[in-house]
Amino acid sequence: MPAASAAPHPVTSAILDQLGGIVLGKTHALRLALSCLLARGHLLIEDQPGVGKTTLAHALAVSLGLEFQRVQFTSDLLPADLIGVSIFDATQQGFRFHAGPLFTQVLLTDEINRSTPKTQSALLEAMEERQVSVDGKTHALPTPFFVIATQNPSQQIGTFPLPESQLDRFLMRLSLGMPDAAAERALLAGEDRRAMIQQLKPCIDPAGLLALQAEVARVHVGESLLDYVQVLLARSRQLPGGGLSPRAGLGLLAAARAWALTAGRQHVLPDDIQAVLPSVAAHRLNATDSRASGEALVRELIEAVALP
Amino acid sequence: MSASPSAAPLPRETGYALLATATLSLLPFLSGLPVLMAALTALLLAWQFWRVRQQAPRPPAPLMLLLAILGAALCYLELRSLFGREAGLAMLTLLLPLKLVEGRDRRDAHAVLLLCCFMMTGQFLNAQSLPVAATVGVCALAILATSARLERPDLSLRAALRTASRLLATALPLMLLLFVLFPRIDGPLWRMPGDAFAASTGLGDTMQPGSISQLILSGEIAFRAEFAGAPPPPRERYWRGPVLSDFDGRVWQERPAFTDATPNYRPSGNAYAYTLTVEAHDRPWLLALDFPIATQEDVRYGRDFTLRSPRPVRTRVRVALVSYPDTRVGLTENPGRLAHALWLPEGSNPRTVAAGQQLAARGATPDERLQGAIDFMRDARLTYTLNPPLLGTHGADEFLFDTRQGFCEHFASAFVVLARATGLPARVVTGYQGGELNPLDGTLVVRQSDAHAWAEVWLAGRGWVRVDPTATSAPARIDGGIAQALPATDALPFLLRSDSPVLRELRHRWEALSNGWNQWVLGYNASRQAELLKQLGLPGTGWREMILALGAGAALWLAWLMWRLAPRGRRRDALDRLWLRACRKLARRNLARQPWETPAAYAARVALRLPGQAAAFREIAETYASLRYGPAPDMAGQLPRLRDLIQRFRP
Repeated sequence: MPAASAAPHPVTSAILDQLGGIVLGKTHALRLALSCLLARGHLLIEDQPGVGKTTLAHALAVSLGLEFQRVQFTSDLLPADLIGVSIFDATQQGFRFHAGPLFTQVLLTDEINRSTPKTQSALLEAMEERQVSVDGKTHALPTPFFVIATQNPSQQIGTFPLPESQLDRFLMRLSLGMPDAAAERALLAGEDRRAMIQQLKPCIDPAGLLALQAEVARVHVGESLLDYVQVLLARSRQLPGGGLSPRAGLGLLAAARAWALTAGRQHVLPDDIQAVLPSVAAHRLNATDSRASGEALVRELIEAVALP
Repeated sequence: MSASPSAAPLPRETGYALLATATLSLLPFLSGLPVLMAALTALLLAWQFWRVRQQAPRPPAPLMLLLAILGAALCYLELRSLFGREAGLAMLTLLLPLKLVEGRDRRDAHAVLLLCCFMMTGQFLNAQSLPVAATVGVCALAILATSARLERPDLSLRAALRTASRLLATALPLMLLLFVLFPRIDGPLWRMPGDAFAASTGLGDTMQPGSISQLILSGEIAFRAEFAGAPPPPRERYWRGPVLSDFDGRVWQERPAFTDATPNYRPSGNAYAYTLTVEAHDRPWLLALDFPIATQEDVRYGRDFTLRSPRPVRTRVRVALVSYPDTRVGLTENPGRLAHALWLPEGSNPRTVAAGQQLAARGATPDERLQGAIDFMRDARLTYTLNPPLLGTHGADEFLFDTRQGFCEHFASAFVVLARATGLPARVVTGYQGGELNPLDGTLVVRQSDAHAWAEVWLAGRGWVRVDPTATSAPARIDGGIAQALPATDALPFLLRSDSPVLRELRHRWEALSNGWNQWVLGYNASRQAELLKQLGLPGTGWREMILALGAGAALWLAWLMWRLAPRGRRRDALDRLWLRACRKLARRNLARQPWETPAAYAARVALRLPGQAAAFREIAETYASLRYGPAPDMAGQLPRLRDLIQRFRP
């Protein structure tokens, strides 16, 4: 009977177990990151340096059997450095496109807010369209295509904060935070993480991943849940500093579906919405308002909408 | 941790909004303020403007104390008091900007807004006219808008005004309900301070050259009359005020008034029924058309045929009257009164007295003597003017034989002296003559500028007979009103010159509007309330029923508001009702579900507090959640099971 607690999804729990062995004590954040990818969204991690952002991205790519590239964004990085350039090839008497690091399945862009808006927007356009045009020729990006961007807290000097419209392109914003004492102890006592990642085996192949993404899209969303989401969206628009866009609403549903799937459920519950809402909505809400942080606003939002 | 928002300094824009609101609330009082206090208030407002611009800190407390003491001292110096209506309001107009200058955070801003509300209501202590009500409305809007911006500094001015108007509109039905149903008592609710009636204008109980021509300059409305049928023609519109028969050679004075509860005349002839609405003038006279019978009881009839109110008219009063202009009055007059009406001071106005005695020698009958006096006035070639030359000791003499220019009080005074000299008992009657019909609402409006004086002569067999000596030299005054009778060079209040039809139309409209306001808002007293309730089909409603209806109406309105404002969720179906029943069972164990809590989160919390019930409740919660949110729920099969589970669930 549906009343019994569903067992977690076998594939996703295997991935999460393996990731949990690398990034210690962050099961909730790992599950959110995986849900984000399963919902075909891009991920923004905002945190201090050295808390394992790169490790997480790299381990995720390897566990999913995906190709991985890392680009360090700097203030002098140009769009061509990212996308690639056409170079004249004397042997063929013509231009040949040399693909940049963007052409990969998992792209880790470190410190995205250190680069100039020009490069940022080139990346964000590629994220949205999943293709790039160079010299009038369109080059499709590989599938799946998943960007994990990290960003330093905006108070740091030498940063170009992402505008709201570009923040909106990221399905989720996560913060890993410092590990707790036990996890840090295990990390300090354990092996080198880099070496561990080298030994990881993929839990799934790209085809399996695409199938999993398709399965996420089929997770049931009932009328009652849509009611709940709509009231949430409407209520968010009464908050100071705007509200959640329809795109945010679609993203919220997709993320909640993925979250439900990792729990082994075939339908979305309000719990799933409440679980993903902070990471889906916070960066979309606090962009203009300085009075309260996005997380506090999301808490306020959740508590303002009653369930029957 | 940041400080709590209420202690944070205000943003500059909010500071400006607050200053503007306070200034708006103070403006209606500034003109009535003594000079030094007004200057101090203006200085404080300017200082606050500078403070907001510079975001300057609040001044030190001792300075504020010093300023407050200075203000109180100024108030005492200039108004000789700190209490009472005038001084109290003056103190408040000073304290408001002081509080503003002292203010720093949101709490202070709220205090300032409350003070503004107080000032706003205080305007009604000075006047309750339509413009004042409109000003109060504007102030209320400003205060509410500023208050909205205090809570939400990001609101635009337009959005704040919209919020304020919505709030006002929401309060309107409640206000109407209170207005209509709040039990009215006759007379004011509390005693007004002694200085409350300082500025009333109207006829006095004495008359000397110049007293009426002063009154004429005021365009203020003295009273209004609404006639049931057609009003009398202009030449019959004599509204009787104080009757003056004491004369010391210069000043005419009223005799101490004897009044009765019933009139001492028998009405006959033509009748005009009308309702009189007399503006406050701080005197007891009700200005009736000649020889009235009141249809209500709280009026007194003077022996001199004036109609009086038992107490000075300090608020607008309404009296329903029927007047009989053809009635003969005073057929059997008290000989003492007649003797008094013949008395002239020794040696005063010798030339007039001599002329009168000549007339008496020629005319044998009283009728002939009266006609002689009238003819004498006509032949004297007198000019009617608002600006007569000043007269000396023998006013009647100088007017009749030297200057020959005068206003109605000169005419009336000289004629009565002349008539007394011929041996006819005569006296001066003051009051109003004429009035203007407002074509919009049909009321006859009588202003201070219609003030008039005429004469009354007693003839045996006919009683007191009205003689208007002004009519003999300026008949236009009686037929067409004052503006037509005066030479165009005389200075007259702008409103009296009815040259421009547009202006006249505007004035009519405005007066019809304020008459409606006076009748239905300010004049809404116990009897009007009873009348209205009768029209609504609720006759004989006592104050208890009114209070009850008031409470019920207010509760209904609030309930409707709550229903309107309540979050509009999905309609609850059988499934939700079952779930809520389970939640209620737990609420009785002090484990109420938070409105936003999901079934699973609630079940987890319940499991922590009631481990023994954890499994049972988790099953309920999961069944509910899967039925509510799952795909294709088997309602028919699962609902009874859930009901069963919940019935057996005993936390």
